[in-house]
Amino acid sequence: MKKTIATLAALTTLTFAAVTAQAGTLDQVKQRGMLFCGVSQGLPGFSQPDDKGNWTGLDVDGCRAVAAVIFNDPTKVKFVALSSKDRFTSLQSGEIDVLFRNSTWTMQRDTELGLTFVGVNYYDGQGFIVRKKLNVASALELNGASICVQQGTTTELNLADYFRSNKIKYEGVVFATDDETVKAYDSGRCDSYTTDASGLFADRLKFAAPDEHVILPEIISKEPLGPVVRRGDDQWAALVKWTHFAMLNAEELGVSTANVDEKMKSDNPEVKRLLGIEGKFGEDLGVTNDWAYRIVKHVGNYGEVFERNVGEGSPLKIKRGLNALWNKGGLQYAPPIR
Amino acid sequence: MHSAERPQTENSGHNAHVPLWNNPVYRGWGFQAVLILLTLYLAYSAFLNTVANMRAHGIPTDLGFWPTAAGFDITQSPIPYSAVNSYGRAFLVGLLNTLIVGAVGIVLTTLLGFTVGVARLSKNWIVAQFAAIYIEAFRNTPLLLQLLFLYNAVLKSLPGPRQSIILPGGAFLNNRGLILPNPVIHDGAAYIGFALVAGVAAAFVYLRWAAVRKAQTGQDSPVIRVAVGLIVLLPLLVYFAAGMPVSLEFPVLKGFNFAGGYQLYPEFVALTGGLVLYTAAFIAEIVRAGIQAVSKGQSEAAGALGLNRAQTLKLVIIPQAMRVIIPPLTSQYLNLVKNSTLAIFIGYPELAQVFMGTVLNQTGAAVQCVAITMMVYLTISLTTSVLMNIYNSRKALVER
Repeated sequence: MKKTIATLAALTTLTFAAVTAQAGTLDQVKQRGMLFCGVSQGLPGFSQPDDKGNWTGLDVDGCRAVAAVIFNDPTKVKFVALSSKDRFTSLQSGEIDVLFRNSTWTMQRDTELGLTFVGVNYYDGQGFIVRKKLNVASALELNGASICVQQGTTTELNLADYFRSNKIKYEGVVFATDDETVKAYDSGRCDSYTTDASGLFADRLKFAAPDEHVILPEIISKEPLGPVVRRGDDQWAALVKWTHFAMLNAEELGVSTANVDEKMKSDNPEVKRLLGIEGKFGEDLGVTNDWAYRIVKHVGNYGEVFERNVGEGSPLKIKRGLNALWNKGGLQYAPPIR
Repeated sequence: MHSAERPQTENSGHNAHVPLWNNPVYRGWGFQAVLILLTLYLAYSAFLNTVANMRAHGIPTDLGFWPTAAGFDITQSPIPYSAVNSYGRAFLVGLLNTLIVGAVGIVLTTLLGFTVGVARLSKNWIVAQFAAIYIEAFRNTPLLLQLLFLYNAVLKSLPGPRQSIILPGGAFLNNRGLILPNPVIHDGAAYIGFALVAGVAAAFVYLRWAAVRKAQTGQDSPVIRVAVGLIVLLPLLVYFAAGMPVSLEFPVLKGFNFAGGYQLYPEFVALTGGLVLYTAAFIAEIVRAGIQAVSKGQSEAAGALGLNRAQTLKLVIIPQAMRVIIPPLTSQYLNLVKNSTLAIFIGYPELAQVFMGTVLNQTGAAVQCVAITMMVYLTISLTTSVLMNIYNSRKALVER
């Protein structure tokens, strides 16, 4: 019901709001004094509220970093929990300013929906989880199995593709939210449950006995997850894009929350440009020159954020893998600040 | 006072000295026209504004996605459908699933509702109390909770496929649903179909004849026995005569689930079952109200004429009760169809789930998808309404 209301509210905005100017998201956010950030309805490691309503996660820290750049205060974010089905409509209609909701960057979403993906904060791929007692070693052995999947995701499409191209059959059971999907798998309605591998690790923690479930080795798709903004506001897109790049560059240059004040005295010209001691990169973004200092000070560099939320410092214990920096065997690569 | 005013009003209509805009009739029409124009303009500008907003945001404004490949699967489909079919076909699958739930639900809820409604008035204290408890329990809790309870607590507590409950007649019950033997049709099965059609036609003719005979001579005919004989026995005889051309394919456990057989999915059972149980509670109260609305004098008069209890019910009470029952019954039918959109929560692929869920999300065409879905429900509801109104006008009291 809540979702229907969200969709209807979004449509009403489209219908009655005056044709909004293309630019100006940054000004709106500044004026409002609060960033509206779309996140998931609860995915450990990416965006999840605790019992006091405090959100944590990799995506949440993305939102906080943007807020830190604008307000020098990472708490000035209102998190809007969205189902996968409603996320893009909410962004299109201006209910939220930016979407950090483990959303896969695809061509259609980047071209047809009036949206722009500005980066990849997590390289992922789709996998399957099954019960150990089924004795399944590969996804190809899932012929005839019931598979639970969340609606309106690339996962739903990849699942169809994978089984079709391998000429095996399955019985898909589709739910609107992640929670319902996992519950259906947990109760035995489905033999397997499929989503991005990171999501499988996260969801496995929710089960009563996580050890009884095994994640199959097949990764059947590329799932580059990243932040999304409305198309047409280049200034805003650049701000969100460079917030992510600043976190990567900070990690690459060894600038962390703990040593950022000390690094202000650094002689390294790259560090000087990053922290706003040289150049006026911040002003060109429409914010202050210490923009990246604020990110690292309040939120941390990419490595810190990763370890804290999904890596070794978290219950998920996901290895850096594809998400290591480019010079450490991964794919995370940021253009230089100069 | 009244008579004093009348000539004045009539005068003003024909009086050439009063200008047109002071004529109350023309002025009334004028205001109505202005109001209509304003409303139309508001709707039109809202439409233009929406399209302009969508264009400005780069959101598709047409139905260009309709014939392109959908790319997602729908498991429970009454027609062949796969990921290579178009969004249009996915829409059709959703629509058919909605209609199936609506049709099955309306038939079952009518049967259950009438039974419970009559039971509520039973002289048997236990039966009446049971009916009352059922009605109050289902009428006073939210439908969504009932659906979730039915789906999560009842159906999913069933065992897995490998520990299925074995039902008599080769059927199995497990958390993948109810798996029934599937009839397989061989050559010559068509004769059975012909026999069934012939049986129904013959029964209909016999009913007509019996009614005419009753009107002319007052004699009763064994209507039910003859009708059952024609509709059931005739096809059965042909079935054996044709050498039993229909056999049953029994489900067999294979891998993860049963192969062969006909599978009723838990999502369908939970949705239909939930809607039937909920709506029947309301229908039961409508039926009770309808029967109690017929005054006691009617049944006493029928008794005085020498009609027995069954005849009293059939000829006196029910025809009058139906007049009271039908209009609110129509509302309940409409509610049932509209409430089927709650399938979103339990994963049954009906129209709202498929079209306003997956299709809307994959295509980003939110306005089009929501508008089309609303039009479809409007059409279904109006059609149901029209049919029920026709039925109502036939049942209405004919006053002479």
